[in-house]
Amino acid sequence: MTARIDRPLSPHLQTYRWTLTMALSIVHRGTGLALYFGTLLLAWWLIATASGPGAYGNVQAFTSSWFGKLVLFGYTWALLHHLVSGLRHFVWDLGYGFKANEREALTWGALIAGIALTILVWIIAYAIGGAR
Amino acid sequence: MADFVLPKNSRITGGKTWPKPAGATETREFRVYRWNPDDGKNPSVDTYHVDINDCGPMVLDGLIWIKNHIDPTLTFRRSCREGVCGSCAMNIDGQNTLACTKSMHDVGAGGAVKVNPLPHQPVVKDLVPDLTNFYAQYASIEPWLKTTTPTPQKEWKQSHEDREKLDGLYECILCACCSTSCPSYWWNSDRFLGPAALLQATRWVTDSRDEATGERLDNLEDPFRLYRCHTIMNCAKACPKGLNPSQAIAELKLKMVERQI
Repeated sequence: MTARIDRPLSPHLQTYRWTLTMALSIVHRGTGLALYFGTLLLAWWLIATASGPGAYGNVQAFTSSWFGKLVLFGYTWALLHHLVSGLRHFVWDLGYGFKANEREALTWGALIAGIALTILVWIIAYAIGGAR
Repeated sequence: MADFVLPKNSRITGGKTWPKPAGATETREFRVYRWNPDDGKNPSVDTYHVDINDCGPMVLDGLIWIKNHIDPTLTFRRSCREGVCGSCAMNIDGQNTLACTKSMHDVGAGGAVKVNPLPHQPVVKDLVPDLTNFYAQYASIEPWLKTTTPTPQKEWKQSHEDREKLDGLYECILCACCSTSCPSYWWNSDRFLGPAALLQATRWVTDSRDEATGERLDNLEDPFRLYRCHTIMNCAKACPKGLNPSQAIAELKLKMVERQI
């Protein structure tokens, strides 16, 4: 062996073509991370409910603003996507769904179901809650 | 910890565009990763034009054509040229595969054929990665028959059914396409064994003649060695032999649970 050579690291994320399962894997992790912050929102809401009308008013002011709604919509999606995507991982953990067409179908399924359920929840919420 | 950007010495800078071959009527552009340990420069991407009427159809044919006709310093591994040896594994058009079985006409949609070394490995020169760690990980799963019962007079026997259980596992050629396609392996290759070694671990755990199953599983019972697999499935998509390491890893995880209940 000669002296140690300072070898470069070959390109990885920079060159690898994104695959569906690779993208949805990072989305699963991203939504999982987002749930931590969503849970903080939930805690804020619960604490405010217990604290009284003043604190609760603050929460309502936030949730009825367009930014608050956007955050809530994102939280709903993160929760539901993480749920269905988690079910997909459950199928894989049981040893099924590994063929090329199956893994793609499961992954598309999780993506579409997550979005569809989110929209459904908001439609129902507006239908029940009315103009509040 | 995951390091998403390349270190300073690994960033690609510049590159030479070689003149088109004289007299060629149809050419295909190749953009090839270059790094020379002797000139002290950063890696670069060189552009070549291959005369496709004078060259075979595969990406490997193109690389050999470049080496013979344009630039003899271009360095890459190759041997069997028919997908059996695994030497010419590289990243072609953003996906790991064998240069010898990948047609240059199937990649890049008519644009340039982009060729890089296998991802996230130390580069020896140009398209040659240093796979020392990869081979050491393969050795660590002890890929040989381990038995405690006395060796029989003739061969170790196996039923046809038990032999069939090894299909989809024994065909691996250790080209490293799968392991170096795995983001989890990129970030944790020091501790995560990666899809290739784990597929082989499954091959020995599955073998009806092997008597060290428990010991083999004990060696994998580790937060990193096995459980860094997050079912990203790049491995199964990359494997040029059509094997499915992610499924093999799932089987290993199932066996881990089964032996505890």
